[in-house]
Amino acid sequence: MSAYFAYFAKRLVQFVVVVFIGVNLAFAITHASPIDPVEQSIAAVTSFGSTAPEAIAAMRSSLQELYGLKGTLAEQYVTFWSRVLRGDFGPSLSAFPTPVSTLIGRALPWTAGLLIVSTLITWVLGNLLGGLAGYYQRNRTLKLMGVVAMGVHPIPYYIVALMLLIIFGFLWPVLPITGGSAMNLQQGWNWAFVSSVARHSILPALSLILIGLGSWFLGMRSLVSNIVTEDYVVYAETAGLDSRRVLGSYVMRNALAPQVTGLAMSLGGIFNGAVITEKVFGYPGVGTLLVDAVYAADYGLVLGVTTVSIIAVSVGVLVIDLLYPLIDPRVELR
Amino acid sequence: MLAILRDLIRYNLEFRIGLVLVGIVVVMAALSVVSPYPAGDVYVVPPDLPPSTAHWLGTTSRGQDVFWQLTAAIRNTLFFGIMVAALSRVIALVVGLLAGYSGGWIDRVLMSINDTFIIIPLFPILILFYFVLRDSMSTPLLATIMACLGWAYDARLIRSVALSLKTREFTQTSIFSGMKTHEVLAREHLPYVLPIVFSTTMNNMNWSIGIEVTLAVLGFTDINTPTIGGMIYWANQHTALVAGIWWWIAFPIALVVMTFVGLFLLAVSMNEYIDPRSRLARMGGSR
Repeated sequence: MSAYFAYFAKRLVQFVVVVFIGVNLAFAITHASPIDPVEQSIAAVTSFGSTAPEAIAAMRSSLQELYGLKGTLAEQYVTFWSRVLRGDFGPSLSAFPTPVSTLIGRALPWTAGLLIVSTLITWVLGNLLGGLAGYYQRNRTLKLMGVVAMGVHPIPYYIVALMLLIIFGFLWPVLPITGGSAMNLQQGWNWAFVSSVARHSILPALSLILIGLGSWFLGMRSLVSNIVTEDYVVYAETAGLDSRRVLGSYVMRNALAPQVTGLAMSLGGIFNGAVITEKVFGYPGVGTLLVDAVYAADYGLVLGVTTVSIIAVSVGVLVIDLLYPLIDPRVELR
Repeated sequence: MLAILRDLIRYNLEFRIGLVLVGIVVVMAALSVVSPYPAGDVYVVPPDLPPSTAHWLGTTSRGQDVFWQLTAAIRNTLFFGIMVAALSRVIALVVGLLAGYSGGWIDRVLMSINDTFIIIPLFPILILFYFVLRDSMSTPLLATIMACLGWAYDARLIRSVALSLKTREFTQTSIFSGMKTHEVLAREHLPYVLPIVFSTTMNNMNWSIGIEVTLAVLGFTDINTPTIGGMIYWANQHTALVAGIWWWIAFPIALVVMTFVGLFLLAVSMNEYIDPRSRLARMGGSR
């Protein structure tokens, strides 16, 4: 038990370090910028006509307050952290006066749902097929799958998403290609809405799955093909154990441990894909929010989304790391 | 070195395919030197022409020849990938070798920074960088930023090799013969990690080119320098797919996919070569 506690404490410290460095990075980047968001917002407003100098001064002061840019750098730093801890990033400029936190809160379930489901499907499918391919090395279909995985794996998200869009949007239009659900539906736990959400998520999820599948497949295949030469596997086979049993409880079980670590690490990477996938398919998640915020020059929203995604990914990694000893008991010994 | 290359070409199909693909891409990039007009110019040829003998890959709505535009684009994209890979290799090598060799608190501090960079979602951070730098965001600057963000995973790999090198006898010998830490790392350990450095270079180039394409497509890079992503961006701006100018999007995509698959195959076959077990299997030993 104390071994697990030590492990737990270590991971918790790591989580805090990651969030600390990440949030500081976000603060440093925005404050090293040559662009002053306050002056920019004022320029945006005054470009439509002349405004009295007193009004501009009042506006400057209130904008500085909103953006947390008042006072010295040290004061701003403290303000920034207290805001992050309270989850308050001020109002959004492009959707004024809706708070940034409300916008993110609205978008986060979409992204989380899409990512968690497609990541898990990808992980399970990739490891299962990869494990089979590593064990039954002479199987033609599995060999072909390996070739396809090698060809598809290195293609970036955007390209795959675009190809799916062309295929299902223009050549064979059977699936909705944009949005998170049909426009005219009441949001809630009713069949019409849920099924619409599911249908709209097929293409974005498919693009994420297609891209992710290859790396799990290839990784698991090489892990398994190393394990099958181990003495205990050879022994089990010579002892006449059913090959399905050998694969399931001897080979896969031992190959799975590094793949769980990989799952935790891929969460960070998957977020990268979500931004472009969501934008391409017009999915109402955090990625779309971020890209649109950049187009609209919405300072608070960009900063808020970046910070929240750093924290969200770190939490995901922490959860998987804490579950890890349940899957692989060896981890407690380290 | 040549013997390794010969072995790879003889025994490894993936390496051969990768070499051909990357070869084609490099030839395309090299052809940009003999381009009849500067890649930045617009309306130098009639717009919207489909592929023909006069314009092999057609022309764009901005009046550029897709073929010549593509040569400049792939050259810039490749340069970008090489820049990021070279810079981040330096960081990964220094951090990986130092952490593995020194151990103790140096290792712990370096690895917690390292783990942070592995976990943090880089894409939102890159977008944040673009957001605050906007007009001053040039290709070299973006390459530097990406190099600073993309070294972590490879540093871990290098560290794992360095850990085992540290306990070898020759390390002790060099320390007792009076070599300083940086000398041991540069002269004794570096040659052992070079194979890993080569194969991670390919993967890192793929990673950086992929992100550059994605950022450029969104318009979040210096879009006036022709790159593959930049070409797709302009094609989208002119709604090329809806207008039926498919060659404007299809050829850049085909070329960049060739680059990705080629580099990936080279990396995979090199990795396999580094592992003696799978190398023997490939050369016709037992399984």
